[in-house]
Amino acid sequence: MIGNRLRPYRAILSARFRMLLQYRAAALAGLWTQIFFGLVLLMIYEAFYRSTTANPPMLFAEVVSYVWLGQALLAMLPWNADAELRAMIRSGTVAYELCRPIDLYSLWYARALAWRTAPTILRAIPMCVIATVVLPAVGLGEWRLASPPSTAAALAFAATLVCTLLLGCALTTLINISLLWTISGDGAVILLTTLVTFLSGMIVPIPLFPDWAQPIVLALPFAGLIDLPFRVFTGHIPPAAVLSVLQHQIVWTVALVLFGRWLLSHGIRRVVVQGG
Amino acid sequence: MHQIIVENLVKTFRVSERPSGLWGAVRGVVHRRHRTVQALDGISFALDAGELIGYIGPNGAGKSTTVKTLAGILVPDGGRCEVLGRVPWRERIAHVADIGVVFGQRTQLWWDLPVTESFELLRDIYRVPQPRYVAARDELVALLDLGPLLDVPVRQLSLGQRMRCDVAAALLHAPAILFLDEPTIGLDAVSKLAVRDFVKRLNRERGVTVILTTHDMDDIEALCTRIIVIGDGRILSDGTLSELRNRVTRERWLTVDLAQVDDAIDDPDATVIRQEGGRVCLAFDPQRVSSAELIQRVTRTHAIRDLFVENPPIETIVARLYGRSVLPPTAGAEQHA
Repeated sequence: MIGNRLRPYRAILSARFRMLLQYRAAALAGLWTQIFFGLVLLMIYEAFYRSTTANPPMLFAEVVSYVWLGQALLAMLPWNADAELRAMIRSGTVAYELCRPIDLYSLWYARALAWRTAPTILRAIPMCVIATVVLPAVGLGEWRLASPPSTAAALAFAATLVCTLLLGCALTTLINISLLWTISGDGAVILLTTLVTFLSGMIVPIPLFPDWAQPIVLALPFAGLIDLPFRVFTGHIPPAAVLSVLQHQIVWTVALVLFGRWLLSHGIRRVVVQGG
Repeated sequence: MHQIIVENLVKTFRVSERPSGLWGAVRGVVHRRHRTVQALDGISFALDAGELIGYIGPNGAGKSTTVKTLAGILVPDGGRCEVLGRVPWRERIAHVADIGVVFGQRTQLWWDLPVTESFELLRDIYRVPQPRYVAARDELVALLDLGPLLDVPVRQLSLGQRMRCDVAAALLHAPAILFLDEPTIGLDAVSKLAVRDFVKRLNRERGVTVILTTHDMDDIEALCTRIIVIGDGRILSDGTLSELRNRVTRERWLTVDLAQVDDAIDDPDATVIRQEGGRVCLAFDPQRVSSAELIQRVTRTHAIRDLFVENPPIETIVARLYGRSVLPPTAGAEQHA
């Protein structure tokens, strides 16, 4: 019964997933870009850590793992809009989506799930191999991605990573819904990209933010995308504290899904005007 | 018991405008002008199961708006609409499971997937049980001759092939009602005929109700038993093709091939609507002069090679109907009532 109810979403998810796995050239290009970015970030951090006299809030090894994880999982983060949906909304083909006997939000969420997993798998695995095996082999052992300090930390990270995916897809779907308002889809998306990359800790880990900013940034949903799970990985947040991280992620996921549903039900009344 | 009931449907759109040019763009940032467009201005009709109706009108007349409302995509501003006992936009999900839709200018197939995989996705989306899916697919493949296309990715199909696949895709879940929005647009003659024949059989043999919007008058003449003409959001005419003809004009045309090219016909009861070389086309009112009498008169005074009598083409009829709708609003109100 439940299986039959979920059947459409499962079908869309698996079709999109299989399709996206075919984009190997894009994955390869992304891989090199991210290795380059990772190395640049590490050079900057190393310079900072060498020249500082204060006691840093994060160990350099922790920052290194944090940076590599961020690069490996970039494709999982909600920083851009689905180009295919954008084209559908522009051309009015989205009308067909409304002619299907399924819930539109769930459909778009299923699309987001496929889109945030398939390319990530293609990139994250070679990226992790390079960051854990290749870097030490070429004499850059200090810059390697270290494994989590304990099994507990690894398990806790796995749990937070699942929630990162769910939270990221809620935000991705929200970005996609915003396309219904701005036909070109650029304004809101650029704004969100900036918010996501900065406030998630992608560019600077949140413990390195000024003290006054930390409580605010940590309360926002974006911290649950990168900063909290990555610090669980490195052991900066002890496994015992993982429940509060999961709570942060789940509460925000639920809130953003509800908001997205509300927004979509309003946005849909507008979109059909296009291409009458 | 009607299958589709539409009563006094009203829908307005707000269209934002800005003056052209650089200065217009700058002003548009601060101040947006809006214009309201009355897409539907009190549309009423009822359809029974198994009807095949043509819904025609010029661009912007409200055809697509009506279809989208009936499909549950649009929420109207006023009026009543029931399809199979449901209000489409209130019970959208239950409603769309019972209808099929083809928008001729767009495809519902997945661009990168082979046709079969698109069909299988639709099977899952509509939750069609496998045995029923196989039966429906095999029948559609046979009727629309899709066998060679099944393994081809959609982006490699020609427009005519794609349209046949799109029509099949809309019918895999065996809907009771099929909406076809310009299904023959851009198709070559052979593909048009294939789509037309199929739609006719679908309606005759399976009793599927079909609502066809089109600009192609040949579609209408070949398929529709009933024609609703719409203009400026109002219904201008609703009835069979002959009723439509009678309402607009009783005029008939007599085409004559004269033996001598420079000859001319002058008759008090007929007007020459065009002359190309020796071929003259005369329009006449059969109530003033019977075709037999007119032919007799013409043959008596002229040497002719051939002649035939015909009805004006439906394009002409519809064009005249549109022309009339621009006249005083009272005329429109009368027609509407």
